Amino acid sequence: MNTNLSTSGNVEVTSDHQKKGILVETSVLENAADKALSIAKQLGADQAEARLSNSLGQSINVRKQVLESVEIHNDRSLTINVYNKHCTGSASTADLSDKGVESAVQAAISIAKQTEADECFGLADKELLAQSGIDSQVLDQHHSWNSSINDLIEIAQRCEQAGFDVDKRISNSEGAAVNTHEGVSVYANSHGFMASSRGSSHSMSCSMIAQGKNDMQRDYWYDSNCNPRMLADAESIGRMAGERTARRLDGRQISSCQVPVLFESTLASSLISHLVSAISGGALYKKATFMLDRMGEQIFPDWMNISENPHLSGEYRSSFYDGEGVATPEQRTIIDNGKLASYVLGSFTSRKLGMQTTANSGGLRNVRVSQTGENFAELLKKLNTGFLVTELIGSGINMVTGDYSRGASGFWVENGEIQHPVQEVTVAGNLLDMFGDIIAVGSDVDTRSNTQTGSILLEKLTIAGA
Amino acid sequence: MTDYHSIAQQALLEPTGLSDNDLANVVGKLHSIHGCDYADLYFQYQKSESWSLDEGKVKSGSFSIEQGVGLRSVVGEKTAFAYSEDLSIDAITAATNVAQAIGRQNQDYQQKIVWQRPETSALYLPTDPLTAMNDEEKTRLLALADKYAHAADSRVQEVTANLSGVYEVILVVNNEGKQVPDVRPLVRMNVSVIVEQNGKRERGSMGGGGRQGYEIFTEDQIKHYSEEAVRQAIVNLDAVDSPAGTMTVVLGSGWPGILLHEAVGHGLEGDFNRKGTSVFSGKIGQKVASEHCTIVDDGTIENRRGSLSVDDEGNQTKRNVLIEKGILKGYMHDSMNARLMGHELTGNGRRESFAHLPMPRMTNTYMTAGDYAPQEVIESVKKGIYAVNFGGGQVDITSGQFVFSSSEAYLIENGKVTSPVKGATLIGNGPEAMQRVSMVADDMALDSGVGVCGKDGQSVPVGVGQPTMRIDGLTVGGVQL
Repeated sequence: MNTNLSTSGNVEVTSDHQKKGILVETSVLENAADKALSIAKQLGADQAEARLSNSLGQSINVRKQVLESVEIHNDRSLTINVYNKHCTGSASTADLSDKGVESAVQAAISIAKQTEADECFGLADKELLAQSGIDSQVLDQHHSWNSSINDLIEIAQRCEQAGFDVDKRISNSEGAAVNTHEGVSVYANSHGFMASSRGSSHSMSCSMIAQGKNDMQRDYWYDSNCNPRMLADAESIGRMAGERTARRLDGRQISSCQVPVLFESTLASSLISHLVSAISGGALYKKATFMLDRMGEQIFPDWMNISENPHLSGEYRSSFYDGEGVATPEQRTIIDNGKLASYVLGSFTSRKLGMQTTANSGGLRNVRVSQTGENFAELLKKLNTGFLVTELIGSGINMVTGDYSRGASGFWVENGEIQHPVQEVTVAGNLLDMFGDIIAVGSDVDTRSNTQTGSILLEKLTIAGA
Repeated sequence: MTDYHSIAQQALLEPTGLSDNDLANVVGKLHSIHGCDYADLYFQYQKSESWSLDEGKVKSGSFSIEQGVGLRSVVGEKTAFAYSEDLSIDAITAATNVAQAIGRQNQDYQQKIVWQRPETSALYLPTDPLTAMNDEEKTRLLALADKYAHAADSRVQEVTANLSGVYEVILVVNNEGKQVPDVRPLVRMNVSVIVEQNGKRERGSMGGGGRQGYEIFTEDQIKHYSEEAVRQAIVNLDAVDSPAGTMTVVLGSGWPGILLHEAVGHGLEGDFNRKGTSVFSGKIGQKVASEHCTIVDDGTIENRRGSLSVDDEGNQTKRNVLIEKGILKGYMHDSMNARLMGHELTGNGRRESFAHLPMPRMTNTYMTAGDYAPQEVIESVKKGIYAVNFGGGQVDITSGQFVFSSSEAYLIENGKVTSPVKGATLIGNGPEAMQRVSMVADDMALDSGVGVCGKDGQSVPVGVGQPTMRIDGLTVGGVQL
């Protein structure tokens, strides 16, 4: 057992100072990767690839100003894929000792003996790989949050208190949380590629409860960043949570209707995520998507562009290589003046489709949506009379047909002014029509998520209600 | 009789030589915090595999092993939690330091543990599904799914089938001296198809499973999954736009019980009610549903996906009546929330793994049968929707607003089931919808064993069930005004 790894789960807490665990040295994971690849070769695999990671985290939850829980996380894992005459097998383990690595590789090999060949299986083509050992430090993704547990508790308390202070109808709380996370990961394959990266992701969230005469409502707010110093201040997060909760009181159903709908930026990115799922290789080669055979077609209005930007500095998801070691571009256009310009492919799915990988094994990185420039107030004016959606629940989407029907809450708007909160309604349409019906994308970009967009205004959707 | 204690010993303690004395020291350290109410260790060994077929071939398989121990110390409403994937005594002892985040060590702490090793009264056999069948046989099961799906209809274009199995050994050790083991098998099979007709494509899927070995997937069973998936997809090829608005809804028996899971179940979990954040908080003894509704959470049904011989805190699972003839009877609890509310344990303390904290969670949640024939329920409706299959659901337990999305539904016109309608989300408010349950049929059925419930980022297997029932007014999220 490697001693660097045997400290998993350890914390040392003295009376008021706390020492976190320490991430393993990259070399420890690299050595385990080497070991896994060489065992795979010995056992007869034509090709193999290994993914290893170690992550550390803390979660602090405070409710009604009292500490509710302290959780310490420390995880590690190895996943090995082997390929033998285009048959594949995969195994994973948290045991990175020599014995653990060996039994994982053996398990993968034995699965590969049982599976059937598909000539599209295999590592990414060697000439497409990023430079082995490429240094990811320039991406500025790793910042430790070194505050003590007591300091984190105090931050969460301030956050929640600000939520309570917003409105006297804020009667209860689901609490405020501070989460810290940092990790190191290694990808290596038998083409001789090996690279590592370190990253962090820290977040603060607050969820409040408001009591009205006839109803009780909850809502929340959060921020997340790889650099803890870039997080919004605790009070502003609590205040947003409190305001968003109080404003939902006395919500009611509206009658069924077909009206313009504005998706608030906090959830507008979900529409773009549905597009991404629909143009992903797995869905395409299984013909399980409404976006089949639409390359080059006009999907969105002609002013709209969507791109991914894998090399942005200070973003948790940035990377110079994808999940198979393939070099990522600085920017790639997905939607070009409204037309579909690229699918989302890895090696396997691209070969199934007779295309080349788009370096998207592991998904898109830093998706950015172009905007028409209106701020939120201007979007409300443009909506004029219709429905502003601020929460979606449920997963009523049929990706094969594009039919869309989800539960929604938000606000009824008349003449550009918010009238009253709305709840217990659904919004329904077909995604392909919805993409084409986009009238505007605001400048109020939600910068917290991988897919960043402003609020999205749709010409019309069906609302089902009373 | 199976000795669960020796299975757990062998899988979890012997590899690193952990003794009773070590366990007493570790749990004692966690419990030695001032005012500590409860401390426990949750040892877990889990191996899992998954095989999948597409384009007529079993092309991929994966295998995974996880093991570790979760350490928890509870003082009042405060919990400290850490875990270790390394089961050596040094690593586990070091992880106990987390307890100091919620209190100071009591220097005078006297530890006096008398071990109790209760016999496990098992609801399922301690089978290891992964080794009980050879890999070749497993891949043959998937090939059968492909064969039967293609044979069912020439419009079938794509067939995807998955087979997965888990073998899990756990041991709960707490400061009261309890050592409670369990051995938990779990298997699942799923068949998913795409059909095509005149350029129009639709999907259907069906599956099942339980706490057993793969032998439950008999040739007949697999044929049923495949044909059912194809049938659903074909029905949807002819589906018309679903109506939009509030109308009478008849739900079929079995899996539509997801309604109860969302509309009632989550809102009756003890943590939300202790905190007063659920729409059902403070309503025990009150009428929260129509008199036709008796709703039960039952973790004790043999071999079911949602069942557990003991929960993840080592407590016996039970059949808990949540709502009896419309009256709220009780909540579902883990040990912390039962203690803080002064309620009895219900055996609902569950966790995704050793690396997650336990919470009150559902097991198998269902409504008991009524008196009507299912046909009578349908015939009673002049105009409405008959929904028999669903995808997922979600609930906001504070407002009570819930949704669940249909994947197979029909119009009811003048008491007759007519055209199929496209999938639509149904939305309502839990207590209001349950008050509108006006007829309950005698065909109570549990689902086929595929449910996964998510809460606070943790997934656990669950079951649902219900008889055919009529709800007088639920909002249907269609597009047709």
